[in-house]
Amino acid sequence: MRPGGPGILCGRDRIVRFDALIAGNPLSVPLAALEGAHVLLRTADQFAAALALFALDGIAARIVIVPPDLKDDSLPDVIRRAEIDTLVTDGDVIDGLPRIGISSDLQPGVAMEAKRASEWVMFTSGTTGAPKMVAHTLEALTGAIKPANDPVVWGTFYDIRRYGGLQIFLRAVLGGASLILSDAGESVADFLNRLGQGGVTHLTGTPSHWRRALMSPGIGRIAPRYVRLSGEIADQAVLDSLKAKFPDAAIGHAYASTEAGVGFEVTDGLEGFPASFVGGAGAVEMRVEDGSLRIRSARTASRFVGSSDTLKNDSFVDTGDMVELRGTRYYFTGRRSGVINVGGLKIHPEEVEAVINRHPAVRLSRVSGRRSPITGAIVIAEVVLDDGEDRDKVQAEILRDCRASLKPFQVPAMVRVVPKLELSAGGKLVRHA
Amino acid sequence: MTVQSTIFEQFAQVAREQEKQLAPLSDDLVLLESGLDSLCFAIVVARLEDTLGVDPFTASEDVYFPVTLGEFVKFYEDAAA
Repeated sequence: MRPGGPGILCGRDRIVRFDALIAGNPLSVPLAALEGAHVLLRTADQFAAALALFALDGIAARIVIVPPDLKDDSLPDVIRRAEIDTLVTDGDVIDGLPRIGISSDLQPGVAMEAKRASEWVMFTSGTTGAPKMVAHTLEALTGAIKPANDPVVWGTFYDIRRYGGLQIFLRAVLGGASLILSDAGESVADFLNRLGQGGVTHLTGTPSHWRRALMSPGIGRIAPRYVRLSGEIADQAVLDSLKAKFPDAAIGHAYASTEAGVGFEVTDGLEGFPASFVGGAGAVEMRVEDGSLRIRSARTASRFVGSSDTLKNDSFVDTGDMVELRGTRYYFTGRRSGVINVGGLKIHPEEVEAVINRHPAVRLSRVSGRRSPITGAIVIAEVVLDDGEDRDKVQAEILRDCRASLKPFQVPAMVRVVPKLELSAGGKLVRHA
Repeated sequence: MTVQSTIFEQFAQVAREQEKQLAPLSDDLVLLESGLDSLCFAIVVARLEDTLGVDPFTASEDVYFPVTLGEFVKFYEDAAA
């Protein structure tokens, strides 16, 4: 990974120049020791992950980037399926793996030439049980990146250990632009302040990130000329609010998915996308079949890791995002599978229902998304109880169980007791479209 | 119950449920410094829609996002009026 210019990587209390990262080594062993390794990259903060990615690309055969919220109990399965032989971390050891440390005090070392095209492995977001790993090449991840003309300072509300954030990290590094990263536990106001001080010109996040920023007094500290939303469906309200706040900025919302890669960008300030995007030729081709958006792209992820499922570059990938044509524009209407997207984090209703159904008084439950102007959606649950149960007591117990075994964003915001839930002729729970 | 007291009660209840430390509520309290996160606000807004029958974030013509608690309350009072 060769930086395209003299950029700087800025964390909350650390700054490293790209050229220092070419000359120095952030890892606790010489890079030659990691040639051909299958690395699990697991860090407490994203800055350490950025340093390690600089060092490992072109050296390690496979780099599995662990997202911040991956549960510990899924690690053994990940390690086995991805045939991991080395742990690179700023944290604790994992039994059975040699531990390589990461430090921003760079060790002097000779820059190594790239020995191979490393395989970059990302997790699909919010998968149930065994998470799905998707392998990309650097070339596929960076296909959409054009070199920058003017000095650019990137900032992102994303975490670079997830797909959306990694795109920005690579775009900044390969474009030779500086990048300002948020720190774990940093407040929105503090991060906005730091973005302002750093002179951020290009800022990206989910619509939920942006709504939160718009609610912060720190929003006045920044004046980006390029504002980008992705990871969730952007509604007209957030696009209009951003236009009002940054009248001179180019505001675009982008569509991408971990499986399908970068899709397309909409820059006319309106939600949805023009119908003319569909059916044309180009690097990214789009189709609508059975109501869902299909994408074929040279940048489609290469394949799943440690799974028999296949992804072919020459075929269209079903994104599972449902669209509806109104006039000359397509609008997103939700996910086919019922997956709920809360602020860019995806939740499978079945996973939440499984927890609720463990309560002995629950006969049946249905979890669904409710539209939210703050996080895009929130999780709500409807439950059918055995006769004669104390509703308030059971509701409280269900919430307690959910908090104990689910991540905060997966816990239903409301649990409603209903007399019955509809089942289909096939005996399946009827889900909302 | 006034719109303001309904909102204050929701803030307190959601903070309790989500185990957040709620700052003392006042008109000039910056929402993002209230101790509630985005998820909490999403829950508050959904519950207020059920109790007050209005979601000014979605209903309002001039979309804007309130910064202080006073603005938040006024946002609802105007929408409910």
